[in-house]
Amino acid sequence: MGFGNESHGLLSRMAVNDQHGENSAYFDGWKAYDRDPFHPTHNPHGVLQMGLAENQLCFDLIQEWMRNHPEASICTPEGLHHFSDVAIFQDYHGLPKFTKGVANFMSKVRGGKVKFDESRVVMSGGATGANEVIMFCLADPGDAFLIPTPYYPAYARDLCWRTGVQIVPVHCDSSNNFQITRDALERAYKKAEEDNINVKGLLLTNPSNPLGTTLDRETMKSLVTFINEKNIHLVCDEIYAATVFSTPSFVSVSEIIQDMEFCNKDLIHIVYSLSKDMGFPGFRVGIIYSYNDIVVSCARKMSSFGLVSSQTQHMLADMLLDDDFVDKFLAESSQRLAKRHSLFTMGLEKMGITCLPSNAGLFCWMNLRSLLKEQTVEGEMKLWRVIVNEVKLNISPGSSFSCSESGWFRVCFANMDDETVKVALRRIEVFVGKEGEKAKNVIKRRQRTTGLRVNSSSSKRFDESWLMSPHSTHIMSPHSPIPHSPLVKVT
Amino acid sequence: MGLEIEQPCVELSNIAVSDTHGENSPYFAGWKAYDENRYDEFTNPSGVIQMGLAENQVSFDLVEKYLEQHAEASTWGKGATGFRENALFQDYHGLKSFRTAMASFMQQIRGGRAKFDPDRVVLTAGATAANELLTFILANPGDALLVPTPYYPGFDRDLRWRTGVKIIPIHCNSSNNFQISPQALEAAYQQAQSMNTKVRGVLITNPSNPLGATIQRSVLEEILDFVTRKNIHLVSDEIYSGSAFSGDEFVSVAEILEDRDYKNAERVHIVYSLSKDLGLPGFRVGTIYSYNDKVVTTARRMSSFTLISSQTQHLLATMLSDKEFTEGYIKTNRERLRKRYEMIIDGLRRAGIECLKGNAGLFCWMNLSPLLEKPTREGELELWNSILYEVRLNISPGSSCHCSEPGWFRVCFANMSEQTLEVALDRIRNFMDQRATAKPKIPFRKIITDQAVIDMYSCLLA
Repeated sequence: MGFGNESHGLLSRMAVNDQHGENSAYFDGWKAYDRDPFHPTHNPHGVLQMGLAENQLCFDLIQEWMRNHPEASICTPEGLHHFSDVAIFQDYHGLPKFTKGVANFMSKVRGGKVKFDESRVVMSGGATGANEVIMFCLADPGDAFLIPTPYYPAYARDLCWRTGVQIVPVHCDSSNNFQITRDALERAYKKAEEDNINVKGLLLTNPSNPLGTTLDRETMKSLVTFINEKNIHLVCDEIYAATVFSTPSFVSVSEIIQDMEFCNKDLIHIVYSLSKDMGFPGFRVGIIYSYNDIVVSCARKMSSFGLVSSQTQHMLADMLLDDDFVDKFLAESSQRLAKRHSLFTMGLEKMGITCLPSNAGLFCWMNLRSLLKEQTVEGEMKLWRVIVNEVKLNISPGSSFSCSESGWFRVCFANMDDETVKVALRRIEVFVGKEGEKAKNVIKRRQRTTGLRVNSSSSKRFDESWLMSPHSTHIMSPHSPIPHSPLVKVT
Repeated sequence: MGLEIEQPCVELSNIAVSDTHGENSPYFAGWKAYDENRYDEFTNPSGVIQMGLAENQVSFDLVEKYLEQHAEASTWGKGATGFRENALFQDYHGLKSFRTAMASFMQQIRGGRAKFDPDRVVLTAGATAANELLTFILANPGDALLVPTPYYPGFDRDLRWRTGVKIIPIHCNSSNNFQISPQALEAAYQQAQSMNTKVRGVLITNPSNPLGATIQRSVLEEILDFVTRKNIHLVSDEIYSGSAFSGDEFVSVAEILEDRDYKNAERVHIVYSLSKDLGLPGFRVGTIYSYNDKVVTTARRMSSFTLISSQTQHLLATMLSDKEFTEGYIKTNRERLRKRYEMIIDGLRRAGIECLKGNAGLFCWMNLSPLLEKPTREGELELWNSILYEVRLNISPGSSCHCSEPGWFRVCFANMSEQTLEVALDRIRNFMDQRATAKPKIPFRKIITDQAVIDMYSCLLA
């Protein structure tokens, strides 16, 4: 049932522009994976999915809780008597037990150092929805938010697409381990002013995606001071808060402002979700927590466009209020992530590959600069295509995170088992070995033919058209790498 | 705490400080009276009865019975990996089994007279999100959608608030039972022209909220012809399609398109949800069904902001794939709603009140214009106020639905037990008897306008 698209001109500007971001190279790797997905026995030479920041390490703990609490489901004999009350409940304040549970969980994730007020907990359609709603509340079309690079690629869609807000990057680089400096902030802010761009706020992801690092106390204080001085908002996306697995421990903005006397709390907003910390991206549990009453009220009204299913609220409420479970879960999750991180990074170190030292996240920020033939975006993309097509690892190139320094790659490690991690390491080892040989040969050749110069502009460009055709019928969700989820096959 | 330093107020967005969310309407003020004094058959028999909430509570037992008898609905799918895969599933295409089940359900509701392709089903968290999303796709800020009055008050927020799109009313009145006439369509279009506003489409609700009536086939054909002539879109919100009392009386725009071999179909988009027909508003299950490929693709991308929980998709895929269950449910639900409707119409008639002839929905459209002190919006609100405080019924004044004719009220009947409905009808009869015998001046009570109060209670829009 295909229909002609003569009415193309009849759609809004928003519908026809590229701001959904799906034409970015970030998503090209999905196609390679989709065509040839790795399976330990059925397809051991397939592409490994290391571009998906999912947390699959602790499902067993959650399933155990659910088995022991059948009343949490409204479909079981034990829980069925709740069905009609839950099914009819669409109040945007949320199920009282649910918001209480979220406030409780958020507090525990921060080591109990902060208490959260359940009446400030606002639901949204995942963190995707939360980030968009907060922009709608704080900024007008044309306004801008400062965001330190490298940052999550989908921010371009989430913060900008329907809101008309723009991103002003604050560049960070490896000279100081990608830390955000006051200097970089001031420069970005000043440049925006000169360009007549109205900066409404600063958005931080802490712990950082893709760096996997947390902001230390002093930096946090300095950032809070900065936004107070400029009288702009601060949005902290703390979606990876519970993925911190080693020191330094996580310092949330909520902790910082408790101690700061002169902070205008109306400027502080937190975005959260259970997608990463608990591994439930399918349940769409996004949270906005604002210290600004008007923002809470406005975001709550907007949450009508993206409420959490009452079935899900009901199921998670008791889980999040179960202190014993939460304590055990957070400790265990942290340990397993630490172990996984160590397995991967130590394996890389043995082959001479370093990652940015990190203490959080479901990924590491891998340094492949020494393997680049040119220290440019093109050089990075060339290397990336080799890694995807020959080494058969779908990893994410730093340029897709707007990183200003070429050669960095985000590699996810929590969405697979230990054996698969080892397969990945073996492949990288082989690749690094080959690259090492190639490099040696190039040096030898150069030594033999000293007069030759390599003209980079004449080097062959890869044909990009196969990677993401705009007319492809397989335009896939940026979050899900495959158009046909394994779940689809099962059901 | 240290020094109190006066901070210049940091601005929020224009959207945040605007009124376009619509929650300051008197429509929501009735909640407070209800909330402070809720009717309960045993504990508070003189409390306020909630008749302003279009919820379907008449058929829960059918769903509960299904769940009791089908344990697989409560599991996560095959094997131990079921939970993990479901918890991870965030693909905006949605579960294929769920889309297929939705397409099939929509087809069944239309008696098989229209076919739905699962690949054109886009999932959103509720029809609220679906309507907003479509507006973002079909119109630019400053453009307009034409919407027949009276219409669902929530459209003011859903279609306009964050999108910056305007609503221009297509005025309908009782002279022809509030049907949409070609003249009214044209008049609305011309009004837009005179305002230098670009019209992007017509949005109809069929069956209509608040009228509780289906749109006739001939009128639908006219509307389709109109949008084709003007080269604009048609959005048909068919959220109450499964609540038509008789399956034969509801004609979907999908049927007409099929009859026309899908000519000019790419301008038509249908919105649906399970909130009304299945009585599951909490689960946030909305869909956009579009005949336009680009709209489907874009809507799918945009649905990232408003996906349906994968566990809910899984539960409903199981349930709606069961044809025996769905056929039985659709039939029984229609019968029960019809019975309720007949009960309330009969009761109102005996009290001397007429309603618009309805054949669908969870409410009736009651005519109290003979009772108005003044045939104006103020007169209507005065009457509404006295019904709220004297009769203790929360019903919805027509002005909140932008009805151009004062004196009409929407009265919901499916969100309570039959006993409660009897109590409500008794109260109305007494109220009418008193008015017939003596005409006391009903003291005007201040309508609640306290923003904080409205804010607290305006969470429910149905």
